[in-house]
Amino acid sequence: MLNYVIRRILIAIPVLFGVTIINFIIMRMAPGSPIDMLVSPKLPAAAIEAKKVELGLNSPVYVQYYHWLKNLVLHGDLGYSMITYESVTKMIWSHMGPTVLLMGTSLILGVAIAIPLGVLSATRQYSKLDYTAMTGSFLGISVPSFFLGLGLIYIFSLQLHWLPSSGMTVLGGSGGVVDVLRHMILPVIVLTASVAGRNVRYVRSSMLEIMGQEYLRTARAKGLREFLVVNRHAMRNALIPIVTVLGMEIPILFGGAVVIEQIFSWPGIGQLTLSSIMSRDYSTIMGLNLVAAFVVILANLLTDVLYALVDPRIKYSYQGAAKS
Amino acid sequence: MAIVGESGCGKSVTALSIMRLLGKNSRIDHGNIVLDGTNLLELNEKQMQEIRGNRISMIFQEPMTSLNPVFTIGYQMIEAIQLHTDQDKKQASASAIEMLKKVGLPRPERIMKDYPFALSGGMRQRVMIAMALACKPKVLIADEPTTALDVTVQAQIIRLMKELCAEVGTAIILITHDLGVVAEIADRVLVMYAGQVVEETDVFTLFDRPGHPYTQGLLRSVLHLDADKDARLVSIPGSVPTMYQSLKGCRFHNRCSYATEHCLSHPPTLEATQQGHWTRCWEVEAAASSERQSGGGVSS
Repeated sequence: MLNYVIRRILIAIPVLFGVTIINFIIMRMAPGSPIDMLVSPKLPAAAIEAKKVELGLNSPVYVQYYHWLKNLVLHGDLGYSMITYESVTKMIWSHMGPTVLLMGTSLILGVAIAIPLGVLSATRQYSKLDYTAMTGSFLGISVPSFFLGLGLIYIFSLQLHWLPSSGMTVLGGSGGVVDVLRHMILPVIVLTASVAGRNVRYVRSSMLEIMGQEYLRTARAKGLREFLVVNRHAMRNALIPIVTVLGMEIPILFGGAVVIEQIFSWPGIGQLTLSSIMSRDYSTIMGLNLVAAFVVILANLLTDVLYALVDPRIKYSYQGAAKS
Repeated sequence: MAIVGESGCGKSVTALSIMRLLGKNSRIDHGNIVLDGTNLLELNEKQMQEIRGNRISMIFQEPMTSLNPVFTIGYQMIEAIQLHTDQDKKQASASAIEMLKKVGLPRPERIMKDYPFALSGGMRQRVMIAMALACKPKVLIADEPTTALDVTVQAQIIRLMKELCAEVGTAIILITHDLGVVAEIADRVLVMYAGQVVEETDVFTLFDRPGHPYTQGLLRSVLHLDADKDARLVSIPGSVPTMYQSLKGCRFHNRCSYATEHCLSHPPTLEATQQGHWTRCWEVEAAASSERQSGGGVSS
């Protein structure tokens, strides 16, 4: 198993390499450049040229990429933002915390709702609870998160004045735990609704398939309580397909952060991504892309490892890894 | 005790009814299921769980899918033992290994740690037997335990069940459509047709003097080694009535060569024709005499 994980991480290196090349090229093909954001068009051409040389934007694209890569590989350095002159690594780290907090909470809450509700729906198929859960899940999937977010802000912030509409802490406030929690409530509700909505259905259908299996009849024939038959014998088997879907939730959440963090002005990776794209901050965009690619690869690896943990029939061998 | 009959005539449903494991879409309308003076139908679900796996155990037809694929054999055995005894994990594990040894599995300590996918069908059925007999039940219901197995393994499994049950003092209800197995293992035989018992008798009477035309048909359908090689295989014409067909009169009348007008409209009852021999047929006499003329039943 350890062999397999190491091998998968080694395979990830060329993938990351490819991702950065493609990103670099696409970014340079897009119109605009950080120069447009930094200097006034009234400045003389010589001054603009000097700025270009300073940022290294005068050399050909492949040379620029080479410099970027050399810096990363030799020094582990993602460079400096072309707009704020802050270290990119530092910026990403400081924005990572809020995003992980938001996404992590939503993922945990979403799963904590989806699994029990999905199991209950499956064991009471076609009951009122089942229909309610399925309608709720349908809404969770189909209502766009920006719409739900704006709706919640309108009701709870503008009308009722119960909760803050944006930010992570009150400006100028002490920024305690309670303050952060109050700011988290609305964005977490939005993200949890979509996570739970998507996954209740997966859990339900996965459970329904398992509920007809003969080994559950064996478990009942042993005299096992129905609760344990469902939650021990059926659940362990239903988890296998669910793990795959949950692994995919992490990249989905990471991408969804862009929209949600923008709506709620949450100071996370999504906000940083959007603002750096707006200002064509090349070095920050590259850094963020690298992190995003890394998250996706890591989530996939995590899924495969969890897979082997929940299903004893899967054992990753050295040969098997070569194919995947 | 063996229950025989064609596919779809209610053998398995009878077994599941005894265990009260029929599922949501069915219920037991009337009648009693009595074990040691207790009517199982009057017990609540919790009391019933005490009975299942403890006083009545069950072995299923499909050993390949009857064990949970994500738990080890040991886990599933220990779970069954601990449900009905107050042994701790170590003792339960020891009894599980003991049982696995009894069913003739090699290296039982190793098998305890194996997952079901590592075992063959015959081995899994042995595990099922070990698990079913672990709590020394009064009754073991075996629902076609050998149907999915190789012929060579079938005989071993049947012999094993017979020996172990004799040792523990467990009665077997064997559900099968293999009359060879019936002849080998059974004392009494129930013949079922379309959800009803049509004949009940001891195993010798069944093979010598079958009363019901359906039983006679079943016995005639058995292949014989000494038959002419170009003799046609006998079968009962038609098939078991489906649940959509109305069941008026005798349920077998449309496939019966002795059927009269009376059989079409009047359902027969289970009547004792001799001591310990019950038959559900209006024309027992006619059937019996013609059976004798055609050279008696099947000698086995």
